[in-house]
Amino acid sequence: MIVANRKSLEEILSMINPFKKVLLLGCNECVTVCAAGGEREVGVLASELKLWYSKAGKEIEIKEHTIERQCDHEYIDQIKGFVEDYEAILSMACGAGIQYVAEKYRTKPVLPMVNTTFLGVTLEQGVWSERCQGCGTCILDQTGGICPIARCAKSLLNGPCGGSSNGKCEVDKEIDCGWQLIVDRLKELGQLDRYEEIIPVKDWTTSRDGGPRKRIREDLRL
Amino acid sequence: MKTKSNIEKILESGGFVVTSECGPPRGADPEVIRKKGNLLKGVVDAVNVTDNQTSVVRMSSLSACVILKEMGFDPILQMVCRDRNRIAIQSDILGAAALGINNILCLSGDHQKFGDHPKAKNVFDIDSIQLIQTVRGMREEGRFLGGEEVKGKPILFIGAAENPFADPFEIRAARLGKKAKAGVEFLQTQCIYNMERFERWMGMVRDRGLHEKVAILAGVTPFKSVGMARYMKNSVPGMDVPDEMIERMKGVPKEKQPEEGIKICVETIQRLKEIPGVRGIHIMAIEWEEKVAEIAKAASLLPRPTSNS
Repeated sequence: MIVANRKSLEEILSMINPFKKVLLLGCNECVTVCAAGGEREVGVLASELKLWYSKAGKEIEIKEHTIERQCDHEYIDQIKGFVEDYEAILSMACGAGIQYVAEKYRTKPVLPMVNTTFLGVTLEQGVWSERCQGCGTCILDQTGGICPIARCAKSLLNGPCGGSSNGKCEVDKEIDCGWQLIVDRLKELGQLDRYEEIIPVKDWTTSRDGGPRKRIREDLRL
Repeated sequence: MKTKSNIEKILESGGFVVTSECGPPRGADPEVIRKKGNLLKGVVDAVNVTDNQTSVVRMSSLSACVILKEMGFDPILQMVCRDRNRIAIQSDILGAAALGINNILCLSGDHQKFGDHPKAKNVFDIDSIQLIQTVRGMREEGRFLGGEEVKGKPILFIGAAENPFADPFEIRAARLGKKAKAGVEFLQTQCIYNMERFERWMGMVRDRGLHEKVAILAGVTPFKSVGMARYMKNSVPGMDVPDEMIERMKGVPKEKQPEEGIKICVETIQRLKEIPGVRGIHIMAIEWEEKVAEIAKAASLLPRPTSNS
């Protein structure tokens, strides 16, 4: 899933300062699973804002609403009926959702309530961890199912570097060394000989470096 | 001889190599380099010039290499993959060769987190092993990574680093094997304090026959004080300083500690010289270049066979 973090109340307040009537828009997908921008977080943020405004003796009207997905126009269209009643949309979706809402409602400021961080997994209740950087050319078959691009701080295709110590990365003792994980898994698979192969220079054109990406499935188009 | 490298020449004639390093200054004053260079004259066969080491901005490695070259040294251009993509890397390789540099050391580079610009974006378009392949391809096949022809091949002697003290230990010799396969010709190791582990690594290297393909130069760094020993142990990534080293440094009064540090360093070199497959010593006296001559002399590494300075 896409993992996001809600922005601080302070940053949110500075963004919404010019507005008196705002639509706080949650998303039922990834940001709900990672507890950053679902219906529950919409409620929490609305309460925090209302409390702050009432303490400050200021007024604000907040409409709380959560849609199924902010990355699909059929759901974004559902707010068409009342979006005009508000001066700004406070989107709690990931960066993709925020932008898609902005594309649809062109005269409304759409403000980000979260920082979108990574593609990851739930390690345990309340803990998420990065797994993929969406580089567009998957080599997990060669690296024991563990991605060196996402999980090595230097994205080394032929790691580990000289900073791997006791299974940890030189950047932070809390971060696992991606290449230690790869070597361990290759051993478990009985494929440690694969380590000896040099992985060639990567073609980054399928990644962000090739410019904004688009995928077209002609067979699915209407 | 594939190149004009002084260390390649010494290695080819079966000699034992001595290298040291020179860290460029955090400013534009060339005198800093010349002063450091003067301390190394006649003491070493080649000088490494670090490339923004520990991710701290310094005078560029290539510029400092040229200053040392003018003084008669045979500099080793260190190049990290952290700050340049394949376009800039290949361009700098051509520039270095054009300016008469004969050696390159291919490195991944410390993470920028450790430096003075931790908020920087890193590059890591290619890694150190791919960098070795890149230089090799430009020199041997006369081809850029993109496949185009190099008009005027860069004739550089190709080096790399390896840390026998980093983990996972079991693949550390295999990793050198990958570097050998990529085309590396000489190797400088991380500072050696844990001799037992280094000897085990060398055993694995010899088992694979890698010592015959790659000239291994063993790295040493003298401690200036017990404080430095502790810092190296606890704060420098990938460093393995055994407790007995700390105890030994702690065991002498503060004013005698620099002397003790040098004594440890000389003893280490003497042991390293006896290890089969060790073809030279790389003395990294960090901001203590004035001691390299003393260490080399005490370890019977002087005079140098074909000092070109």
